[in-house]
Amino acid sequence: MTPLARRRLGKATLNALGVLVFAMATFPVYWMVSTAFKTNDQIFTTDFIPFPTQFTLEHVQRVLSEGVAGHSIWLYLRNSAIVALGTIVIGAVFALLSATAVARFRFKGRTPFLALLLIVQMIPAEALVIPLFLSVKRLGLYDQLLGLIVTQVALTLPFGIWMLRTFVAAVPKSLEEAAWIDGAGRFTTFWKVLFPLVAPGLVATSIFSFITAWNELIMSLYLISDPTKYTMPVALQYFFGQKGTDWGAIMATSTMMTIPVVVFFVVVQRRMVTGLVAGAVKG
Amino acid sequence: MTNTSTLPRGGDRSPARGSRRPNPPRKASGLPAWSIPYVLLVPGLLVIGALLLYPLIQMAIIAFQKVGLVQISGKKPATWVGLDNFTAFVDNDIFWSSLRNTVMFAVIAVPLTLVLGTAVGVLLHRLGKKMSLFVIIGIMFAWAVPPVAQGVIWRWLFDAEAGIVNWALNLLPGWFSTALFGRADWTGEPWLNDPWSIYMVLVICVVWAGFPFIAVSVLAGLKGVPAELYEAAKVDGATPWRTFWRITFPLLKPVFAVLTVLSIIWDFKVFSQLYVLAGTNNREAYNLSMYAVTEAFKAPPKMGSGAAIALVLTVILLIVTAAYIRQMFKQEDT
Repeated sequence: MTPLARRRLGKATLNALGVLVFAMATFPVYWMVSTAFKTNDQIFTTDFIPFPTQFTLEHVQRVLSEGVAGHSIWLYLRNSAIVALGTIVIGAVFALLSATAVARFRFKGRTPFLALLLIVQMIPAEALVIPLFLSVKRLGLYDQLLGLIVTQVALTLPFGIWMLRTFVAAVPKSLEEAAWIDGAGRFTTFWKVLFPLVAPGLVATSIFSFITAWNELIMSLYLISDPTKYTMPVALQYFFGQKGTDWGAIMATSTMMTIPVVVFFVVVQRRMVTGLVAGAVKG
Repeated sequence: MTNTSTLPRGGDRSPARGSRRPNPPRKASGLPAWSIPYVLLVPGLLVIGALLLYPLIQMAIIAFQKVGLVQISGKKPATWVGLDNFTAFVDNDIFWSSLRNTVMFAVIAVPLTLVLGTAVGVLLHRLGKKMSLFVIIGIMFAWAVPPVAQGVIWRWLFDAEAGIVNWALNLLPGWFSTALFGRADWTGEPWLNDPWSIYMVLVICVVWAGFPFIAVSVLAGLKGVPAELYEAAKVDGATPWRTFWRITFPLLKPVFAVLTVLSIIWDFKVFSQLYVLAGTNNREAYNLSMYAVTEAFKAPPKMGSGAAIALVLTVILLIVTAAYIRQMFKQEDT
């Protein structure tokens, strides 16, 4: 074989591998979506039906009208959205303040604080949920979406600060100094100079927190018992254990739950890598 | 993009902002300059302290108490039971099987995720631009699926009656299937009944969802490696295998260290997927996470015992995290 032919063959092999990886990663997702649009005849069969040839919206309509546990999926989507949005609104403010502190200032206790951020991320939610359940009950926040929001802020904040600090640090300090020299006060400098430049990072961080809160199961499972306050991950469980599993409805629901995450994911994917492995990747 | 994080952090040169400025701040904010970072940290520290550290300490305290229904309702104070919650582990088969499941799962899933992720990362690096983007978009789908939905998807793929896995296994020639697994007909094979096969499905599910992050991180790291190094290796006639171990691996060692520790932490805590795949009724399939919360919340609630199990898990994770933090700070401050 000539070197050129060999290189072509090598390239073809690589591309084939790429297609294989693509198929491996997407097929289960495709299977979820396609099941959601198949008729029950095509779902409950031992045959392989690659496409929903009898395309139907019955499952989507059913979960939207009848829903789970007596309530439309809209209710659970709304609850999940309230919790996730509440988490990012509160979380973003706190994260920005703390991130500014660690990225813009050198002070005693900065390194311990950074270490603390990493340590607390390790704490398993399974461990926190027991004492939080007792506290939330005592404070009258049990069965309240607010109680859930508060715990989600806590779960997402450490990573939020960790991620946002790299964005704050990337804004040249000279810009703030210029504003300072022009007579701007501390608050004006922060609001008019730093904030607009950090905004994209803040969006990325918020989206990350949104996804975490949207997906979270443990807190939602044990801090909420009122079915009208369920979030999507909890509501999804209710399709199991009924008489026979309604796979069409499950797949329609999980597809609806997945869509917002996929959209957001595309937006922040690269930022997330830099945030998580920050410091480890040496250019 | 990969080295945003290595940009010099602001404030490196001026210890306390404004303290040595020739012109002091005109709009006096009423706060001394040195206190500003601390003031900024107050809200964040309050949240971390009140909602993460305080519950953590409480959890450790509850682990030495008996907290049942009466105590939860506040009719009786929690009673101290010393080490009882822990000594009860000794004869508790479910505790040991949970511990075994937790460790075994991590031991299998972490290397699989890392190897597959790294292989795909290297592949992405060698693919053409368009093809690489195509594959990245594909793996992003697997990565983005919420953990609960991941569990749902794999539970469906491995469904006993209508699952596509049993359909695919039925495609195997009868003699082959019989020789290998001792059976030819897979219809109705209940994968999600016994712990062994539940964990096999869980491994597949977690590796499937976890490898994209590793792949994209490795790709980001590879982009930072000077191309000349690879060209030189090529000129010298090095095999791809050798190139990986002699160039890629040593240079990306810090990345791999962080990815390993993160994967260990995540896989030790795996909950949502297992919850969907196995449910709470199959006690033999519990891992420590599942066992801790079911013990604490399933009627009759035994919060003390649950907290003790959670404490064991937390200690394991703390040890792993210590390694992670050392690695991170080695990178940060050098």
